[in-house]
Parts: sequence; C-alpha cells; structure tokens
Amino acid sequence: MNNLIYLKDVATLRLDENKCTGCGMCIEVCPHEVFKMIDSHVVIQSRDACMECGACSRNCPFGAIFVNAGVGCATAVINSMLGREGSECCCSIKPDGNEKEGKGGCCC
Amino acid sequence: MNKQENCSCSKDRMILPVIQEGSSCCSPVNEAGYIIPGLKQSFVTDSILTVVGRIPKVSAGLQSRDHWGTIKARWGIGRMAYTVDPGLYALGNPDNDSPVLVTANYKMSFDKLRGELACRNLWILVLDTKGINVWCAAGHGTFGTEELIKRIASSGLKNIVSHRKLILPQLGAPGVAAHQVKRFSGFKVYYGPIRAKDLPAYLDSGWKATPAMRIMHFPLKERAVLIPIELIAAVKQFLIIAPVVFILSGIGGPAGFWANTINYGFFAVIALFAAVFSGAVLNPLLLPYLPGRAFSTKGFYIGIIVALVLLHLRDADLQIWAGKTETLAWLLMIAAISSFLAMNFTGASTYTSLSGVKKEMRWALPAQIAVASAGFLTWIASRLIA
Repeated sequence: MNNLIYLKDVATLRLDENKCTGCGMCIEVCPHEVFKMIDSHVVIQSRDACMECGACSRNCPFGAIFVNAGVGCATAVINSMLGREGSECCCSIKPDGNEKEGKGGCCC
Repeated sequence: MNKQENCSCSKDRMILPVIQEGSSCCSPVNEAGYIIPGLKQSFVTDSILTVVGRIPKVSAGLQSRDHWGTIKARWGIGRMAYTVDPGLYALGNPDNDSPVLVTANYKMSFDKLRGELACRNLWILVLDTKGINVWCAAGHGTFGTEELIKRIASSGLKNIVSHRKLILPQLGAPGVAAHQVKRFSGFKVYYGPIRAKDLPAYLDSGWKATPAMRIMHFPLKERAVLIPIELIAAVKQFLIIAPVVFILSGIGGPAGFWANTINYGFFAVIALFAAVFSGAVLNPLLLPYLPGRAFSTKGFYIGIIVALVLLHLRDADLQIWAGKTETLAWLLMIAAISSFLAMNFTGASTYTSLSGVKKEMRWALPAQIAVASAGFLTWIASRLIA
C-alpha cells in the first residue's frame, strides 16, 4: 500500500537532460521518488508517480525541468468551472491550469 | 493534561548581546524595526531578549488546549482562523549557532513541528501563509520564496544567528526556490524530512534525510484524520437534499401523504446518508483496496456494495414494479453520489495530479450526473406507480 499510483500517462513532467547538471536537487524535493540518479545525471524513473506539485522544477537551478504544476483537487476544478473562488476549497484554478490564490481554507 | 517534556532540559539561559529592553508588546514593528510575534499568544510560555527585541518562547510540550484546537480544526471549527503570528520564535534556549526551522502559520502545522522537538534548542521562523498548512500554502506560493526572503529580513534573523542556514519542510519545496533564497538572502535552504516526527533523527544525523523520510505515503491514519472535514462538507449538502427527498416521497403510493413519507421517506433519507457515508468515509478508509485508479471508480464500486447491503436490508418486494424501480433507483443514486464524493477526495489525497484529476473528471462528472439523474427519475417513477 506504500505506492499508491494515480492515472497513467497523464503527468506533464519533462526533463531536459542537456540542461541537467546532476545536482540532485529534484531528487531531494520529490515526495514520490520520480527521479533517480544514473551516472551523475538525473533520469525520470516513474513518471506515473508524479503528482505535479512542481517542487522539482521550482528548485532546479538550471531550468532543466518542466511541469504544469497544480493541485490535483476535483473540488478546485469544479469551482474554477463554476467561476467560484474556492468557497469550500482553497485551491482554485485558472482556466489555463495555473493556480490562483483562493480565499478560504484548504482541501488538504 | 500537560505533556511534560520527559527529559532534563538544560535550564541555562542563552547569552546573547543585549542592546535594549525592547517593548514587549503589541506593535507589529518594534522599536528596532523588526516584526516580532505577539508575546501574549496562549502558547507562548516566556520570552528571551535578543538584539532584535524580545522573542517569544514556546515549548515542545503541547497543552490540552492545543490538542483540542487540533481536534476542532479537523472538524472544521475555527479552522480558517487557526493561526499563530508570523515571525521568529525560540524553542528551548537557542543561541546564535542554533538551527532555524521554517514553518507555516497554521497553528496545527506549528504545533506538529514543536511537539516533536522536546529538549531541543532552536529557532522557528513562521511564514505568513494566511493560516494554511505548508503543503497547500506552497502550492499557492504563500509558503514561498518571496515571503521567506521578506520574513528573514523582517524578523531580524541575520542579527540573531551567526550561520546562514535554514531547514525547510520538504513539502514546502513547491513554493520555494532554494537557489533564489540563497541568492537574495544569503541563507542556504536545507530541505528537511516530510514529517515532523523525523526531525530529531534528521537533526542528529547532521541534517541528512534518509530516502524514507523523503517519500510521501498515504497510510490509513492520515486518510482517517481527513474524513471529518470531507464528511462535514458532504453533510451540509445532505441536509439540503434530504428534506426535499423526504417530502417528495409522500407523492404517489397506496396510502396518504404522511404514511408514504414514513414508508418511503425515512428509507430515502437513510439511503442518501448511506451514499454520503460510502463516499466520504468508506472510500478514504478503503482507498488502496478499492478497484480502479480513478477515485470516482473506487467510489462507484463501494457505493454499489453499500447500496446492495442497504437494499438487501430494505427487502423490497421485487415481484412488483414499484419495488423493482425503487431498488434500481437507489442503486443508481447511491453509486453516483458515492462516486462524486470519492472524486472530491482527490484534493485531500497525497498523490493525485491536476492533469489526472482533469482527465478523470472529463468522463466521471458527466457519468455521475447522468446516473444520478437516471436514478432520481426512476425513483420518481417508482413513487408514481406505487
């Protein structure tokens, strides 16, 4: 039960191996062991485990990682569809998929 | 009920250069120009005088009111205003060489952190995340690079510690760019473990996190504590819908209006609550064991099982059309509602991606609406032919 995996082949994570210097920052911040180090550079070992939190891309000093970061929250998606700014749920999402600061509390 | 720190902490006071007896109260900016958290907050036990003013001191021993606050917040009571003042706090008797831990100003986050740090001397830098926990605030960017850099400056941290290192919770990483913090503030960010309970081991090992400390699981206990807040959100909707269904159940049927509501209305309310229980309680508890990857699929299956058990107990007369249609109606409605509520649990889970949730919702939401509508119409029909 340790490795709950959500839907396959959906994560928007991309790694530019030419820009990667193998500093390992992404491995440190990833909560789901998506990356691993092979011969002093990083590869994606389990893309389906990626929850698109964006910790890796935010902390990559070399801009080698892209991910369309956001919160995987159905309530937030519904709120954004209805044009509400998170009454029950903090994480409201703009139509372009970027997060936007909600007013209320949080779903998580 | 005070949980005492069960080891002998050094009583020695730290010795820091004292510049002035700064005013110890109230004003957000003190005379030295720094923002110091309030000393009159309920959990502040003492204060220590530093070069930037009086810093509130907290202990690792949580009081019963802290525990009670956590329980209330889990049930959604006062959750939006469950905050501590942002800024720098002292835990134990830290000196200018003590580690600095960074956290959010959601009081539950703050308490989780300090509760694990018995007999430690360190600084806690609380960011203004508007009372939101680290992970969610990092997603918003309020637990973020900019706030951290500002808070380092406004707290006077540079004058208090001689080193330039910060320990952040790993789950703050989506909001904080460590390399930019270093560039703009001079402080190097070390990402500590995900869970506060691993902090003592992390600190003792020279700030080394084991791989296990870096992985986010979603065990039963963590799923269970999230149930109340999900349940309350669902029950609010239940309280609107249930009376409507109860009244509607009086329509049709062999007997008078009120006799019908007793025969069919009470069951309708029980069935609706069973759907809520299935989606908001059983689904989180059984999450890893339910078939499918999409949460709506998991919720649909558990909803079917709950509906079958309930309808078995109902023991409706399946020889007549009224019994058949009523049974079918509740099977559809319970499954659809359970599926919808289960889908909403994606926000509380620790492994769903936004892309995945959007993909799931593209088919699941129309399906839930269709099945629920079909169930409702079937139920209305069952009332009319009864």
